[in-house]
Amino acid sequence: MIRIALAGNQNCGKTTLFNQLTGSNQHVGNFPGVTVEKKTGEVLGHPDLTVIDLPGIYSLSPYTSEEVVARDHLVHHRPDVIVNIVDATNFERNLYLTIQLLPLGLPIVLALNMMDEVRSNGWTIDIATLEKELGVYVVPIVANKNEGIHELVERVYDAVSDSKSGTNPILRRIDFCDGPVHKALHAITHLVEEPAGEAGYEPRFAATKLIEGDPLLETDLKLSAADRDIIKRIVREMETDLGTDREAAIADMRYAFIERLVRDAVKKKHESKEQIRSIRIDTVLTHRLYALPVFVTIMMVIFWITFGPAGSWVSGLFEQGIESLTNLSSRALMSAGVSPWMHSLIIDGAFAGIGSVLSFLPLIIILFFFLSLLEDTGYMARVAFVLDSLLRKIGLSGRSFVPMLVGFGCTVPAIMATRTLSSDRDRRMTILLTPFMSCSAKVPVYLVFCSVFFPKNTALVIGLLYGTGVVVAIVTGLLLKSTVFRGNSVPFVLELPVYRFPSLKTVLYHLGGKVKDFLTKAFTIIFLGSLVIWFLTNLNWAFHMVEDGAESMLASLGSAIAPVFSLNGFDSWQAVAALLSGFAAKEAVVSTLSVVLPAGIASYFTPLTAVAFLVFTLLYTPCMAAIAATRREMGSLRWTIAAVLFQLVTAWAVSVLVFQVGQLLGF
Amino acid sequence: MSLDQIRPGEKAVIAAVGGTGSLRRRLLDMGLTPGTQIFVRKVAPFGDPLELSLRGYELTLRNEDAKKIKVHRTVS
Repeated sequence: MIRIALAGNQNCGKTTLFNQLTGSNQHVGNFPGVTVEKKTGEVLGHPDLTVIDLPGIYSLSPYTSEEVVARDHLVHHRPDVIVNIVDATNFERNLYLTIQLLPLGLPIVLALNMMDEVRSNGWTIDIATLEKELGVYVVPIVANKNEGIHELVERVYDAVSDSKSGTNPILRRIDFCDGPVHKALHAITHLVEEPAGEAGYEPRFAATKLIEGDPLLETDLKLSAADRDIIKRIVREMETDLGTDREAAIADMRYAFIERLVRDAVKKKHESKEQIRSIRIDTVLTHRLYALPVFVTIMMVIFWITFGPAGSWVSGLFEQGIESLTNLSSRALMSAGVSPWMHSLIIDGAFAGIGSVLSFLPLIIILFFFLSLLEDTGYMARVAFVLDSLLRKIGLSGRSFVPMLVGFGCTVPAIMATRTLSSDRDRRMTILLTPFMSCSAKVPVYLVFCSVFFPKNTALVIGLLYGTGVVVAIVTGLLLKSTVFRGNSVPFVLELPVYRFPSLKTVLYHLGGKVKDFLTKAFTIIFLGSLVIWFLTNLNWAFHMVEDGAESMLASLGSAIAPVFSLNGFDSWQAVAALLSGFAAKEAVVSTLSVVLPAGIASYFTPLTAVAFLVFTLLYTPCMAAIAATRREMGSLRWTIAAVLFQLVTAWAVSVLVFQVGQLLGF
Repeated sequence: MSLDQIRPGEKAVIAAVGGTGSLRRRLLDMGLTPGTQIFVRKVAPFGDPLELSLRGYELTLRNEDAKKIKVHRTVS
């Protein structure tokens, strides 16, 4: 068994290569303890090769969780070989990571991707010179056209057998420096040889990181005070000799080597056609005046297709399918003579619950098709660029905008879309705030109340509710920014990749992953949740079926919780029961109300309590599916519970505010 | 002078990179090392961040971070 680690920058075609190598033999999970996605797979036709897709990183610094995860894997799990994928059209910056991978002492094969663009631009890259200067195999590939993949796999075998037999035909290079850096590196490598070996680090790698002042490594090596002192002195001497500090010195050393290598091996005449095309596209897409209208238009079109006629037509078909399947099963159960309660459990509990969640599936597929298109073409990075200064005011960065916008359609895909955010902090904060964007499932609730209480001002009331959601997101965003999420925001230093057409295959893979994710959730957490809610609505505490909803467990839970809402003006068990069932799906609020208030909502609510109730509905935790998505993307139960509590408390507080102020004003 | 003072369409050479911790490392890792030529391509619609072109690719960073990068303007 040969374990391959796939390493490379973001936007260099790493995912495409991974998909080409593994086909559909993929397992997606998280690295332990962090929300960094971990994908592994078996190479097609080579059952002895497994690949792990490391996160896309620019460096092995210890600052982002992606970098730490990648480094941990390389240093402590020691794969048998690293396949380092490099965007050949962006050679200089991509090779910076390569230079850091080499001192790890693992066999490396360099996959030079996008060679078709290099050729069509009339550039040349001298593979032999690269192999000689870097001391690794270099394979030109075109990942999205499946070119060079076979040879890449052959070289992987070669690199592994070379390192086993110790007969490398090409000599690995670990030295990229001269002058003072070289002197310091040499001295420190010698000094830390033993402690590095004990901690499982290659001495050369450890020495480089120590010169950079890497805090993780300093603790890992457990150096004596005397050794630390010597290192400090060596580094200080190097700094004085160079007239610069340690971090800049090492970065400069790496780039200086790369610049020499580029001079020797790469011939490029001018900017590539693709770069020129991108810059031209950006004269419109990031233009001072057009950028925003273009973005709004793109999003409106996507929304219109997803939630408008086309999307509703597809979901309609889908719902009909679910319905007929439900009816069919219902009849089958009846004719099989199962007891009525069992029938109700399966049909009203399981089928209705999973069915209501599955009805989101077409929307999710359509929406994610477009979103992965925007992501894979490189447009999302531009959105971040354009909107960053607006979102920064509430402590988020430009990339958070799209998930929040998707939240107006459905919170579930919105939370799933936070996967593209690069920092844990931004991701968590976005997940906390996104549910305040009023999702489309809440509209039926608004409509039912408005038709009774505000028939003339329906649009105004609904508009105000949407606005309230946005305002609450901004205010709580500001609050979170100055409390829980203070400081430590990851710097916004973002690459604007060249626009490229993604291959359909890549988009479909992304889509497939999301759908699988969603289905797993529907049939596990949501299945259980639906059963729980069915039990609560249909049984009393003695576990007997009830005829009258007022005797159910839901009703008594409702009465128990009701006093909490005495300040909100809707402290009846009926209102609370409706809100509780809203955890299954927001539409359920309406259906529960119609059951528990047979005389109509006007028999209990007043216009003011109706508004307070709607505000609570707007802001409180969306459905189970959203909670499950939160759990998945937060990667932590504690954060999920915190998110639910945060939303409940916010909803309660704002609703109280509305009711109390309304009363003072005499409504 | 610092990078935020370079106007769109102008070129500069990096003299020194300030800042601390993860920001500074990120800047250096992305190739903003002393001596590097950069071209300021444009400013985002709301006046922040900047789009730079360096080492054959496009990078965006915020004004407040650009302030920490000392440069010499190149006459072109």
